[in-house]
Amino acid sequence: MVELSTVDLLIASLLVVLLALLSLRQQSNISRQLIIAAVRTAVQLTLVGLVLKVLFENATLGWVTLMALFMLFVAGREVMMRQERRFKGWWGYAAGTFSMFLSSFAITVFALVVILGNDPWYEPQYAIPLLGMLLGNTMSGIAIAMDRLTHAAWEQRHIIEARLMLGETANEAISGYRNQAVRSGMIPIINAMAAAGVVSLPGMMTGQILAGTLPVEAVKYQILIMFLVSAGTGLGTLAAVHIGASRLFDSRQRLCLDRLREP
Amino acid sequence: MVGPLSLVVDEGDCLCISGASGSGKSLLLRAIADLDPHEGQALMQGVAATEIEPQLWRSRIGLLPPESYWWLPQVKNHFRNGMPLPLEQIGMSAEILDQPVARLSSGERQRLALMRLLSNRPRILLLDEPTANLDPVNTRRVEEVITSYRRENKAAVIWVSHDVEQVARVANRHYEMRDGGLHATEIEGRQWLS
Repeated sequence: MVELSTVDLLIASLLVVLLALLSLRQQSNISRQLIIAAVRTAVQLTLVGLVLKVLFENATLGWVTLMALFMLFVAGREVMMRQERRFKGWWGYAAGTFSMFLSSFAITVFALVVILGNDPWYEPQYAIPLLGMLLGNTMSGIAIAMDRLTHAAWEQRHIIEARLMLGETANEAISGYRNQAVRSGMIPIINAMAAAGVVSLPGMMTGQILAGTLPVEAVKYQILIMFLVSAGTGLGTLAAVHIGASRLFDSRQRLCLDRLREP
Repeated sequence: MVGPLSLVVDEGDCLCISGASGSGKSLLLRAIADLDPHEGQALMQGVAATEIEPQLWRSRIGLLPPESYWWLPQVKNHFRNGMPLPLEQIGMSAEILDQPVARLSSGERQRLALMRLLSNRPRILLLDEPTANLDPVNTRRVEEVITSYRRENKAAVIWVSHDVEQVARVANRHYEMRDGGLHATEIEGRQWLS
């Protein structure tokens, strides 16, 4: 593999700077965001590289768990921030974080123990990237689905209440919006699976090929990841939307929009 | 803030409530239908709302809000239990059932919303200005439909109305809502038939 030097990366960063300058001329304030995001990428990835180096040298279950929990809590915060009308109080954080914990952790452990079978099973070189890919995708799915659900409940509140008035259960009145929310959370991963290899070469597979792995081997890993990610996203989205939809109603099946924050 | 207040409505009664907008008439109806958190209790034939499933309570208490909402494409999709009575009685024909909801006028929606409510056969009707968008002819039709439903099913009716002539035509009791309480009022020219 060709080793990259700092100079190589600086040359690549010139492209981003060039783009920012172009945007500046069009008087859009996107250039500021672009630069900040680019700097964040460089700093965050450098730090994680150092952290992973230390973690690989100290591969104990305690450190791996600590790293995994840190990733989970950051992802949970990200899910919360991406929702326009999120639940007030700790529910806004817990609904998404708990669903991600349920799906991403369970599936990562399943894949590590049953499919990969390393010794020890939590070997960080496998566990951390796997969990990262699962969390990243599940996070997007849950954020989209929850945003869609709370948005629909707000927009369609009169219809939901009209249905309650006519004697429908909360479940009947919300089910259409719940299904739409799950659907929109899962569309990105379904599209990614459908386009994989034809339209796009997935990033992980590309990375493995660049690192010298045989394409056929890289493809097998990519298929594994795709399946794990779709299962994780699906389960996480279902769980989050289920929790969210029940939180929209109280024990007397009244629509409780005061549990949502104003945008 | 509405209440505390106490109200008994006998079967076959029609009680009208008037009052300035914002005096809490709609809030009272929503509380009876258990749509908002509230203190106090509503009982129907001795059974409290909290003793039965909320959806059962709400289908027995038919609340008709001032604005009607429709969520399926065609009118007929909303009538799972069939039509409670011929549409001619509210000045429409059965052809309207095949219409998309978007094509209905506000008056048509209001009358069809009443039909939709009656198809649940509620024991109590809570009507929030059920004739607000209607012309005089259709107002009379709706009044007749509600009155005959009340008499045939021994239903109790609580009817929010601002029209003193309408109150005289349909009600045997009249209350005015102010300062969060209900105050009994005379019905001038009462035409009550139980």
